[in-house]
Amino acid sequence: MLDARARPAAPEAGALPISALLPENTLKTRVPQEPVERVTRPAPSRYRNEIAKYFVHRSQDCRLCGKCTEVCSYGVHAHPSGYKYFGEPLHHLCIGPSCEKTDHYCVAHCPNGALQVREDPMYQVLGDARWSSDLILATWKMAETGDVPPAGYDYDYECGKSGGGFDRLRFRFPDRPPVALRADEIDTSVCLNKRGDGRPKITIDVPWYGGGMSFGSVSNVTQLSKARAAVAFNTFTCTGEGGFMERMRPYDDHVITQVATGLFGVREETIQRVPIVEFKYAQGAKPGLGGHLLGDKNTPAVARMREAVLGISLFSPFPFHSVYSIEDHMKHIDWIKHVNRRALISTKVSTPTDVDMVAVGSYSAGTHIVHIDGGYGGTGAAPDIAKKNIAMPIEYAIGKVHRFLSDEGVRDKVTLIASGGIRSAYDVAKAIALGADGVVIGTSEMVALGCVRCSRCESGRGCPRGIATTDTELAAKMELDWGTQRLINLYSAWRKVLVSILQRLGLRSVSELRGRTDLMMHLDYTNNGAKTA
Amino acid sequence: MPEKYHIKTRPVPPRGPRIGKHGVVDWREDCARCHNCVKKACVYDRYRQEVDYIRGLTEVSALFFDCMGCFSCVQDCTKGLLRLSINPEYEKLGNRYWKPDIIKTTWLQAETAKIPVSGAGYRGPFSGPGFDSMWTDMSEIVRPTRDGIHGREYISTSVDIGRKLPFLSLNGNQSPASQPPLVSIPMPLIIDLSSPAHTLPKLDPIIEKAAANTGIIALMDSRYRPAKSEHLENIAFYLGPDSPPVPDELMRKTRLVEIADGPSVAARIKALKQVHPEIVVAIRVELTAAGVGRAIELAGLPDVETIHVVADANGDELTTQQPRFLKDMIRQIHTALIEKGGRDEITLMAGGGIALPEHMAKAIICGADLVTINLPLLIALECHLCESCRPGTPCPAKLENVDFNFAVGRMTNLIAAWHDQLIELMGAMGMREARRLRGDVGRAMFFEQLEEETFGKLYGTRTSR
Repeated sequence: MLDARARPAAPEAGALPISALLPENTLKTRVPQEPVERVTRPAPSRYRNEIAKYFVHRSQDCRLCGKCTEVCSYGVHAHPSGYKYFGEPLHHLCIGPSCEKTDHYCVAHCPNGALQVREDPMYQVLGDARWSSDLILATWKMAETGDVPPAGYDYDYECGKSGGGFDRLRFRFPDRPPVALRADEIDTSVCLNKRGDGRPKITIDVPWYGGGMSFGSVSNVTQLSKARAAVAFNTFTCTGEGGFMERMRPYDDHVITQVATGLFGVREETIQRVPIVEFKYAQGAKPGLGGHLLGDKNTPAVARMREAVLGISLFSPFPFHSVYSIEDHMKHIDWIKHVNRRALISTKVSTPTDVDMVAVGSYSAGTHIVHIDGGYGGTGAAPDIAKKNIAMPIEYAIGKVHRFLSDEGVRDKVTLIASGGIRSAYDVAKAIALGADGVVIGTSEMVALGCVRCSRCESGRGCPRGIATTDTELAAKMELDWGTQRLINLYSAWRKVLVSILQRLGLRSVSELRGRTDLMMHLDYTNNGAKTA
Repeated sequence: MPEKYHIKTRPVPPRGPRIGKHGVVDWREDCARCHNCVKKACVYDRYRQEVDYIRGLTEVSALFFDCMGCFSCVQDCTKGLLRLSINPEYEKLGNRYWKPDIIKTTWLQAETAKIPVSGAGYRGPFSGPGFDSMWTDMSEIVRPTRDGIHGREYISTSVDIGRKLPFLSLNGNQSPASQPPLVSIPMPLIIDLSSPAHTLPKLDPIIEKAAANTGIIALMDSRYRPAKSEHLENIAFYLGPDSPPVPDELMRKTRLVEIADGPSVAARIKALKQVHPEIVVAIRVELTAAGVGRAIELAGLPDVETIHVVADANGDELTTQQPRFLKDMIRQIHTALIEKGGRDEITLMAGGGIALPEHMAKAIICGADLVTINLPLLIALECHLCESCRPGTPCPAKLENVDFNFAVGRMTNLIAAWHDQLIELMGAMGMREARRLRGDVGRAMFFEQLEEETFGKLYGTRTSR
């Protein structure tokens, strides 16, 4: 039975087999773990018309000569065999007017002048300041192909347009790397247990894991896709508050479960199933406000899992009503550590002014991972006033916590994970350079699954794109294999970008990047060296 | 325990169609008539609703713009004909400061009285000018906190207007000697006079009723006579330099009065106190270049109880080339008063540029005791802030025909939503009292300071903004 748990690409969780690490009380909850291959395959959009940056117009002057199909190396001009007429051009494959410089520009080659290429007006409608349309389109492209978008598309996926924080930070890449490294020499793994307390030294292959999204806030397919992608990349996904499905059991080794303030879905058995347990104190998008599951969403399945009465609104209060001090927090951690003898503890907090104190306090209470969630983080539903105004953006918090942990001499005893506005592999690298060990991502996974950020996750039947909904008809828009593949592709592309960043900087591992603010510059500053305070 | 402050609200839908942000256009011919968009793609059923809307139109005053912007129909269209666009009517709303999203959220709150909630994270710029350059704090685990609007513990939003004693003097076992009058209102908000451009006599009884419904106070022109005398508690007359006097018997039923600043303020205060010793007198100080200094000067005068500083509608200093913003001017006045000693004895009201409930909280954190608003209540009545309020020009919100109950309901809803949002912010901070929020800059984070601490130390001197 235990052999069936062998995973292909997963390195050791400590040198011992898992069975040796598992205390009796956690072993009994396990079922054979299901492997997922880390292979990229094309996973095109599940919609008929992909939203595109450029629009190709074929006028009535087209004489069906087929020259365009012949010259276009991107396959924009679809002309299925056996059909007389062209299909709708595959706009999203077109690299736009910049193609003019090449020798395969369809507009130039068309003998009848029937083709036009211009920016699609919808490109301006998609996205917002934080998630620019380029970022969304590039994320889709990565989720489709598993690779970095070709340069020709000219997507700016390094930054958004928010005008601050990550969007104004840039890496200072040397003209040539100080050390020449091959891509396969570069290590992107992160060890999550730095305490040296005898608990497993769990290592993830990429410096990110999936954020908490609860059963009920996202569809089963979404949750399972996230879990399967986590298996493929030997990282984690988080269940959020409110328990998790039986169907997650084959992926339990890559699941983090949350103990949040409502304690919904927290049972001895759910705690024992997983290798990491996360205490959620606050969420960046709604710091200090707790959660509120609307009565409509408290369906029979949700009510059963949460051990609550069907159809009533469920409040997760703020804060933990049993935690009013670090000592109380420690008591909670001890409780979990006792129930699950192999579990690592993560503490998820928001970013108030004293986030550094909170982080050190959490460390002293026994946490392995301090997870700080910045004010601009994602959510299934939060008051607009909270998203914008409460708590500081993560860019400020990472350095503050990193420095304070270092000053206190415990930086290498705790893993610092940052989240709340990590949109791309560049953001991952910047967050790590500011001082984090790794990051948690959420919105970018949703975007990979087809989210357009319409902000309607919470209203009525839920997400119109079938991602964050429990409505069976809407959720049926997405299939598990497709969802899994999109996320594997995204992870794969991100890893490539990250490796290329490390390569260009001449760094052997992602842990060498931690805290290297000197490798970055800020576009709004003189960048003439640090001030001596 | 005193009765909990609660504003009764009811949904008040808009009179016309909503002006949403998105619209779907079919921009090319060749529709296959497959009805995918109508029957399958739109989960909100907007296509059918649009048809019903058009069928019911008697005149074409506005198009139907209630698209949720999910792109589903666009992406599912058999022929790829549909495109999503930003509604130009939406983009025309408001102005540089009162942006379309402010107008839209105000409309929503006036309709539902609820806190606007949405999915996905914050969408806007990293920071911005004015109130957007600060964040409020929250408390994590080390401080006891509350349950926000869900109200398991009581968060008081009451504030007091008037002069407070620096200390209590007790004569033996007797209760303290006479105290100056104080006006308590249940939330730190006062309805300001309408700006001259937006004055519409019809609105005055509506504002009166909304103030009475919510228990706050509305400033009114001294010529105004309330519909109900019991509403005088919720009215404060404004006595400008040329205002006709208010009859004594009316004045005696009010709690607060505001006078224009001038050389003889002390004498005017004395005269008003003779008529009605229990009244609190506020002095209106326009925040011109001399405004900040004048407010600080006034606060030093022994008879002055309350100062009302007012910036322009966008929160900018008046009549100066490079205007300071309201938030910074409040901080200056507040800090100066602390340095002189006696900040606690004076009440500071601040207005101009308070457009959203977070501005109320942030202005108080910067040092105001309470804020005053006028335009948000006008927007609640579907005003577009199109600035074409001239006789003969049609008002897109048809304010001259506004129904009394509709308007009162919308204003009441907006104030209720603001109150709930203030409680959300205070709940997150672990604050029990709006009085304690005042001037507590330690519970806020300022852009300049965070930038300096984070990036300034690393990357030198900031070059922009």
